[in-house]
Amino acid sequence: MSASVLDKVAEPEFSPHLTQFIKDWKDKPGSLIMILHQLQQQFGYLPRAAILKLSREINLPLAKIYGVVTFYHYFKLTKPGRNNIQVCMGTACYLKGGEDLLQELENMLGIGVNQVTEDGEFSIESVRCVGCCGLAPVAVCGTVFGKLVPEKLPEILGKLKAGGEQP
Amino acid sequence: MALNQFCLVCGGTGCESRHSDAVYKNLKSAAEELGVGNQVQVVKTGCFGFCEKGPIVKILPDESFYVGVKPEDAHQIMAEHLVKGLPVEHLLHKTHGHHSGWGEYASQLYQKQVRIVLRNCGIIDPEDVQEYISRDGYAGLEKALFEMSPTEVIAEVKASGLRGRGGAGFPTGLKWENTRKTVSDQRYVICNADEGDPGAYMDRSTLEGDPHSVLEAMTIAGYAMGASQGFIYIRAEYPLAIHRLEVAMQQSREMGLLGKDILGSGFDFAIEIRLGAGAFVCGEETALMQSIEGNRGMPQPKPPYPSESGLWGKPTAINNVETLANIPVILLKGSAWFASIGTPTSKGTKVFALTGKINNSGLVEVPMGTTLREIVYDIGGGIRGGKAFKAVQSGGPSGGVLPAQFLDTPIDYESLTKVGSMMGSGGLIVLDEDDCIVDVVKFYLDFSVEESCGKCAPCRIGGRKLLNLLTKITKGKGTRADIETMRQIGFAMQRASLCMLGGTTPNPILSTLKYFENEYLEHIDHQHCPAGKCKDLITYSVLASKCIGCTVCARKCPVNCISGERKSAHFIDPAKCIKCGACYEACKFEAILVS
Repeated sequence: MSASVLDKVAEPEFSPHLTQFIKDWKDKPGSLIMILHQLQQQFGYLPRAAILKLSREINLPLAKIYGVVTFYHYFKLTKPGRNNIQVCMGTACYLKGGEDLLQELENMLGIGVNQVTEDGEFSIESVRCVGCCGLAPVAVCGTVFGKLVPEKLPEILGKLKAGGEQP
Repeated sequence: MALNQFCLVCGGTGCESRHSDAVYKNLKSAAEELGVGNQVQVVKTGCFGFCEKGPIVKILPDESFYVGVKPEDAHQIMAEHLVKGLPVEHLLHKTHGHHSGWGEYASQLYQKQVRIVLRNCGIIDPEDVQEYISRDGYAGLEKALFEMSPTEVIAEVKASGLRGRGGAGFPTGLKWENTRKTVSDQRYVICNADEGDPGAYMDRSTLEGDPHSVLEAMTIAGYAMGASQGFIYIRAEYPLAIHRLEVAMQQSREMGLLGKDILGSGFDFAIEIRLGAGAFVCGEETALMQSIEGNRGMPQPKPPYPSESGLWGKPTAINNVETLANIPVILLKGSAWFASIGTPTSKGTKVFALTGKINNSGLVEVPMGTTLREIVYDIGGGIRGGKAFKAVQSGGPSGGVLPAQFLDTPIDYESLTKVGSMMGSGGLIVLDEDDCIVDVVKFYLDFSVEESCGKCAPCRIGGRKLLNLLTKITKGKGTRADIETMRQIGFAMQRASLCMLGGTTPNPILSTLKYFENEYLEHIDHQHCPAGKCKDLITYSVLASKCIGCTVCARKCPVNCISGERKSAHFIDPAKCIKCGACYEACKFEAILVS
């Protein structure tokens, strides 16, 4: 990585909470994943520039961080939509129609899994078991939508788009 | 006036996601408003186990049992039931059309259950250590610290016959003893709360409903093994469980039950939470330790076992949440009591997350040796919608599928393994006649392939090959030779994979080839999916003799491929049909044919 590339990226601001967390944890063994969680919490994903900055602050090679980030599904390298809809694909949800929900969402939004709509409003994520098997099939976006049927999706998308208020 | 009535609100994830938190808050404010705040205590508890009908509110002492309670119902319950003593009829749980109190419902559901692990779930407020203590909490730790030597604790756990509940069933006492035997300046206790099996949420409910039981057990384990540091490795996807653990740890530290010089005994033990990040393979113990060390969670060859060289090269004992939750009770009531429950080789109880096509989804805890039939029919209430039972899947992606002939198999480690499945961590998923075995197996393979860490070739390549063959079969393009190939790859993976993820990936295929080979052959020989699930093998058409031309199907069709005049038979254009089944669901006249 040449210095010129680094220079072009505006250095992101770390929140005081994050800065303190990094300070508290950086010398503990095996702290990288805990720090990455905090980083993702602040930005909603892991922006390249933020990882570059972190790499310098905790003195870990970028390659090591990249290796860890790409190993775990939880860490995201691209910015999700304002409403990131997680469709559960655990076994109970799968059996009760989770895949139909996913397909219907993809059709309605015109995007695939892990993609974001052009206006940045929605993204779709397929997740493994959110632990509400009694409510299968479920989708999560801020709140949990249980026993969901594709017919209810237009209403939910409408309300999510309308604003912060969760339906 | 003293507190004389209790209002227990379920705060498990299933109920919380249906706004039980608002129910709880509204009940509290209603109690204040009606001036009964000093007589009625509103408590938020852990999971009751009846996730199907949540949110759940239980009233004590009269044991009334409300289901499906909405936040706006809270005021009525408080005003009518708790103030005037008049039950709110329309919210009471009904059995066979008549109202039934908790007692009746519980007797139906609990008759086969024995609650050791879930002893406090749905009873205590998990965020109040006093409630845990009032139910003998930390008495097991006290007994260990002051009445027993570390080796006596290990002997007691060994004598109880407790085996690991994470799936493999390794004797817990032996694991502790091996860890203790390894000479080292530091040892570690790890609680494995990386519950990743799709369809399983036993550990989550235990942590949410009774976090102190796990903290107490870890401290006992630390004392027994001579470890002063513990880690709880938990999924980041479980925010409520993490929160309750943090609250519990704070409270036990303040009370001297955790930290330096516990209860004045001179024994120090600290616990730290480490978050997972969505990698199923990290449930494997060597991968889990890699993850705690901040690395990619890839399994390491064994030996050396973690009891010899584990976290940062130090001897480490890794126990699952459910295993640990048994420990305080074993110490308090004694190994003989624990060993009296269960079968000769599997002692105690097992918690199952019962889901799928069943009437009562939820958490159940039964003594080892209970049969699948008792769980599915007596506790689970049988198959939803009067459909026919097809099979039960146990052990998640590592387990197998058992047909009806094994319904009377008593559940223990050995008997499940003998019939080609495994105990696993406790997901029990019931399949009915509408489920295609090949499709379900493909679902599990898809999961295992995605979760393979890619380190060893048998898992990385073998899993992918198996998935490709299954996909081919569900598209009607498979051959009989493919079945033999799948068997061979499966056997190779079982023997040659580095860790149990790869070693168990072929299990769903191998077990279903044993009992449901005909269903595979039906896909291969006749390009026919008996359950009508595999979309490439089915077509939808309208039975002209039954269609009355109501146009409902045409309006439901998302791709407008159904045409026809009102009051005359309709027609589905097979070229445009996406086989979503919406017309089939919508038709009230059984005029849509799936073939």
